[in-house]
Amino acid sequence: MDFAITMTGFVALYVFMLAAFAGWVIIGGVPAILHTPLMSGSNFVHGIVVVGGIFALLNASTVLEQSIGFGAVLLGAGNAAGGYAVTDRMLAMFQVSHPHHAKRAHAKHPKKV
Amino acid sequence: MSTIIPQLIIGTTDLAAAFLFLYGLKRMSSPVTAPSGIFVAGLGMLVAILASFLYVFSVSAATRPHLAVNVGLALVALALGGGIAWWSGRKVALTAMPQMVALYNGMGGGAAGAIAAVELFGNKAQGLAQLVVTLLGALIGAVSLSGSVIAWAKLDGVIKKPLRVRGQQAVNALVMLATLVVGGYIAFVTQSGVEPLIPMPELITLFFGCALVFGVLMTLPIGGADMPVVISIYNALTGLAVGFEGFVLQNPALMIAGMVVGAAGTLLTLLMAKAMNRSVGNVVFTNFGTPAKHKLGNIKGSLKPVEAGDAGIFMRYASKVIIVPGYGLAAAQGQQKLYEFVKLLQAAGVDVKFAIHPVAGRMPGQMDVLLAEAGVPYDLIFQLEDINDQFAGADVALVIGANDVVNPAARTDKSSPIYGMPILNADKAKKVYVVKRGEGKGYAGIVNALFYGDNCNMVYGDAQAVLGKMIEAVKGLGLAAAA
Repeated sequence: MDFAITMTGFVALYVFMLAAFAGWVIIGGVPAILHTPLMSGSNFVHGIVVVGGIFALLNASTVLEQSIGFGAVLLGAGNAAGGYAVTDRMLAMFQVSHPHHAKRAHAKHPKKV
Repeated sequence: MSTIIPQLIIGTTDLAAAFLFLYGLKRMSSPVTAPSGIFVAGLGMLVAILASFLYVFSVSAATRPHLAVNVGLALVALALGGGIAWWSGRKVALTAMPQMVALYNGMGGGAAGAIAAVELFGNKAQGLAQLVVTLLGALIGAVSLSGSVIAWAKLDGVIKKPLRVRGQQAVNALVMLATLVVGGYIAFVTQSGVEPLIPMPELITLFFGCALVFGVLMTLPIGGADMPVVISIYNALTGLAVGFEGFVLQNPALMIAGMVVGAAGTLLTLLMAKAMNRSVGNVVFTNFGTPAKHKLGNIKGSLKPVEAGDAGIFMRYASKVIIVPGYGLAAAQGQQKLYEFVKLLQAAGVDVKFAIHPVAGRMPGQMDVLLAEAGVPYDLIFQLEDINDQFAGADVALVIGANDVVNPAARTDKSSPIYGMPILNADKAKKVYVVKRGEGKGYAGIVNALFYGDNCNMVYGDAQAVLGKMIEAVKGLGLAAAA
C-alpha cells in the first residue's frame, strides 16, 4: 500500500475549484458585525503555510536552503500564532444583553452578495 | 516500508486539518459560535504542525546528514516566530488591530515566497506546470509581503502621506512586466537547459527583487482611507500564494486552506468596495484619499458649537437616540465612557441604538469589535441597511468621531470624491450632535455639509472628555440614576 499523495493537472484544478467555492459560500453567510474577526480568522487559516515551511526546511540540504527554509517557518509560525491570538481576543469580546436575542441579532444581518 | 505509517498519519491529520478549517470558518458565521470556531481551526493547525515533523521519515538520502540540524532549526523558528507573534497579538491595542493583521498577513505571504525560493534555488520543481505555479506563488507571495508591510507602515503612521509621482502607473506596469519577463526566462532556461545570460541564483534573486519592489510601488500611492480594502486584497493574495505552494509541495491541506482564504478574501474585498460604492480597480488605481479637495462649494450655514453638558441633558429627555461612532471615538479611547453614558440614557428610558457604517474605523467591522470590547451588547448595534430608515424617526443622532460616513455630499454632490457612497442618514434626525476634536476634515479630507445644517450642533473636544461632561451633566439631574 502507498499513501503518497500525487495531484496533477485536473485533479489539482478540481481541488482548487471546490475549495474556492466552499470558501465563497462559507464566508457568504458571515454577518457584517464579524467582518474584522473573519478577516483575521481567514488570515490565521493561511498560516497553515508553516507546514509547507517545515517540509521545505526538513528537506533542505544546503546552507542557502536552510536559511530560507528557516525564514519560511519563522514567518509562517508568526502568521499562525499572531492570527490566532488576535482573532481569539476579538471573538471573546462579543456578548449579548439577553441570550434569546442572539438568534434574532444574527438573523438581522443577512448577507447580501 | 517504514515510510507508510508516517505517510498515513500525515495524510490523516492534514485531512482533519482541512476539515477543521472549513468547519471553524463556518462556525464563525455567528457571534454565538464564533469563539469556538477559531478554537476548532486552531486545533486543526496544531495537529497539522505536529504531524509535519513526521516528514523526517521521508527525506532524501542527500538531506539525511543535515536532518538533525534542520529539525533543530525548525523548532527554533517555530518557537521564535510563534512566540513573538503570540506575545504581540496579545499585547496590541484593539485600535491597532488592522495594522497587526496586515503584518501577520505579510508574514504568511513571505513564508509562501520563501517556500517557493527553496524550491527554485534547489531546482526541485518537476515539470513545467509545477515550475510555473511555483513562480506564480513566489510572485504573489512576495508582492503580498512587501505590500502588507507598506500597509502596516501607513496604518501605524510610519508613512504619513500617500507617495505619488507623475507616471507612477507606467513605472508600476514596467516593474510588473520586468518581473514576468524574468520569471518567464527562468522557466525557459530550466526547461530548455540553455545556458542563462546571468547565473541562475542571480536570476532568481532578481525575480524576487522585482516582485518585492512591485508590492511597495503598488501600495505607496494608495490613501490611508482605502487601506482596509488593500489589506483584504493582500489577505486573498496570500491565500492564493499558499494554495499554489501547496500544489507545488503536493500538500492538499495547504491547497484547500489557501484557496478557501483566496475566495473568502476576494468576496470580502468586493463587499468592502461595494460599501464604498467603488470598484476594486478604482481603489487600487485611482488613488483617492488625498487631502486635495479643500473647496467649500455651495455649503451654506455656519458651525454652531454647544456645551457638552447641554447636549447630554437634551439627549436625556429625548425618546430615541441613534449613535454613530467612528474611528475618532476609538482614537480617544472613549468607548467605555460612551457605554456608561448609554446606560444612563437607557436607565432614563431613552431608546438608544448604535449605527455602524460598513467602512467605519480602519477596517470593516472594526467599530463592532471596539464597542464589543467596551461591553456594548451586539443586539444594540445595527448595520447601515437595517437602521438607515430609522434616523427620520429619531430625536437625536449623536455622531462621535465619524465624518465621511455621514457626509450628505455623497448623496447630492457629483463632484465629491465620495459621491455615490452609501452613507448613514444622520442628517435626517431632528437634532444632530457632532462630537469632534476640532474643525478639521475627515480621513478622506472632505468638507462635511452635515456640520453646517440647521439641525446640527458641534460639540468640540476630545471624545472621552466630552462624554465625561455629558455623564456628569445627566447624573447632576439626579433623575437618571434613580429611574
